[in-house]
Amino acid sequence: MKPLITPTGDHAITATWGDKIDVGINRKVISVFTYIQQHPPEGLRDVVPAYHSLTLIYDTASLKKKNPLASVYEQMKIHLENAIAQAADVIQTSSIIDIPVCYDISLGPDLPALSAMHQLSVQEIISLHTSPTYHVYLVGFMPGFAYMGSVHEKIRSPRRPAPRTHVPAGSVGIAGEQTGIYPFSSPGGWQLVGQTPVQMFDASLSVPCYLKPGDAVRFHEISLDEFNKRKSA
Amino acid sequence: MSIRIIKNGLMDTIQDMGRYGYAYWGINPGGAMDRVAMQVANALVGNDLSTPVLEMHFPAAGILFEETTLIALAGADAVVHADDMEIPTLHPVLINKQSTLTIGKRKSGARIYLAVKGGFGLAPWLNSYSTHIKAAAGGYEGRKLAVGDFIDTRPQHLPAIDQPAKIFSWSANVSDLYSKEVIHFVPGEHYSLLDEFSLEKLLHNPCFIRRESDRMGYRLQTDTLHLTQQKECISAAVTRGTVQLLPNGQLIVLMADHQTTGGYPVIGYVAGADLPTLAQMQAGDSFVLREIHLSSAENFIYQQQMNLRQLQNACTFRLQQYT
Repeated sequence: MKPLITPTGDHAITATWGDKIDVGINRKVISVFTYIQQHPPEGLRDVVPAYHSLTLIYDTASLKKKNPLASVYEQMKIHLENAIAQAADVIQTSSIIDIPVCYDISLGPDLPALSAMHQLSVQEIISLHTSPTYHVYLVGFMPGFAYMGSVHEKIRSPRRPAPRTHVPAGSVGIAGEQTGIYPFSSPGGWQLVGQTPVQMFDASLSVPCYLKPGDAVRFHEISLDEFNKRKSA
Repeated sequence: MSIRIIKNGLMDTIQDMGRYGYAYWGINPGGAMDRVAMQVANALVGNDLSTPVLEMHFPAAGILFEETTLIALAGADAVVHADDMEIPTLHPVLINKQSTLTIGKRKSGARIYLAVKGGFGLAPWLNSYSTHIKAAAGGYEGRKLAVGDFIDTRPQHLPAIDQPAKIFSWSANVSDLYSKEVIHFVPGEHYSLLDEFSLEKLLHNPCFIRRESDRMGYRLQTDTLHLTQQKECISAAVTRGTVQLLPNGQLIVLMADHQTTGGYPVIGYVAGADLPTLAQMQAGDSFVLREIHLSSAENFIYQQQMNLRQLQNACTFRLQQYT
């Protein structure tokens, strides 16, 4: 599929593939992202992979200084088209990252509501949430917040009508076909089903985020005792 | 040597040009809201233009200088004193050792920037000195400054003076670096979907900045805007200056601390050269939006950077003559 390339203001450019959320398309985005990280064009400031799009953010002033008469956008477009053509279609399959989650109702306060909404027992919800291998489409919203999919059809749930003012760090939520983990305590509208003792973001590490785009993730259930033990470790 | 905070400001943080290269981890760039003011302040003291500065909102901090230090203030204008001596913004100023800088009543603008000669002695986080409050990293302990904080400065090797401050005779003329009452933008993906009434209102009526505006984004009060068709948007990268249409028909302009991705329709992008002008507006201020072509927006950025370089050269020349 050929992407549509458009300006994103006067210091960014975006390639967009189609108009839906799809793992295959997202893998293509990530392969172009990886290629650009390895071969950054001059003047590049950042490269941002999302579900079906990739955005390059660049330093217009420094590029203009090199060649004041040329369009910076057109120059970056050539780099981006080249990266799209060069990027390998197949990316290495990443090993599966296993994340422990405690699905106790004290940590997953929306479990009873989801149970009623979907006419499923809490244990059925847990087993449906722990069965798939999820794909990390992108990391956004806040540092280290991974948007993962796809949630089993039977437990897809809309966001809460009114967001909570305080969601504890480590909370695991569902929103539509996405599932994610809050790296920080923050306001949030996702339906909370559990909590992980794993720290999803640690600024003191050279790689501060636990997850990155393209990762494969599975959840496994742990008891409240186990959660508390790992949390205090 | 260091400076010490002796009075709390509303929101005073160390900022630089921003933290780029980590958006794929959801880490937003941050950085000075008004990058022009940051660069002007640095030029005035002879620093590299991207040296970290202290960004202050109003009311601003009170700062004690342990050592005689060359400083400059740029961005917002305010009544500023070194002890009991009034000092101007946009001039290089020597602050005598043990003198206190107080930034009083705001005259214009929203944010004032303090550059000190040689910059601050801080450690970068992910290649930037900008304060990331959510991650509690970067800048000074990843947070806004508070009474009692000591921030290291580079040794100045300047002799004490016999008054609280010495004001250098030259100043920066910044009139070419900011726009006036007009904010230019280039159209976004959903601009052509605005209905005729909305487009007319958008281009002719002033936009007011609402109270709920901060370093993350500026919420605008406009006529309610509508698209001719509802668009389901898949989240994609957003940038500083992205103008999103919220479900209530109002606009938000994303600013320095914006999230890395967003899913609202995008009406346009504020021209990069006008972001400093916008960053100096505050709740209640208004402006008119004017559409420009991408090539003009690129040229504005280039021209602005050329003007800053000229200013830097002039400042370097004057400082060399002085020393």
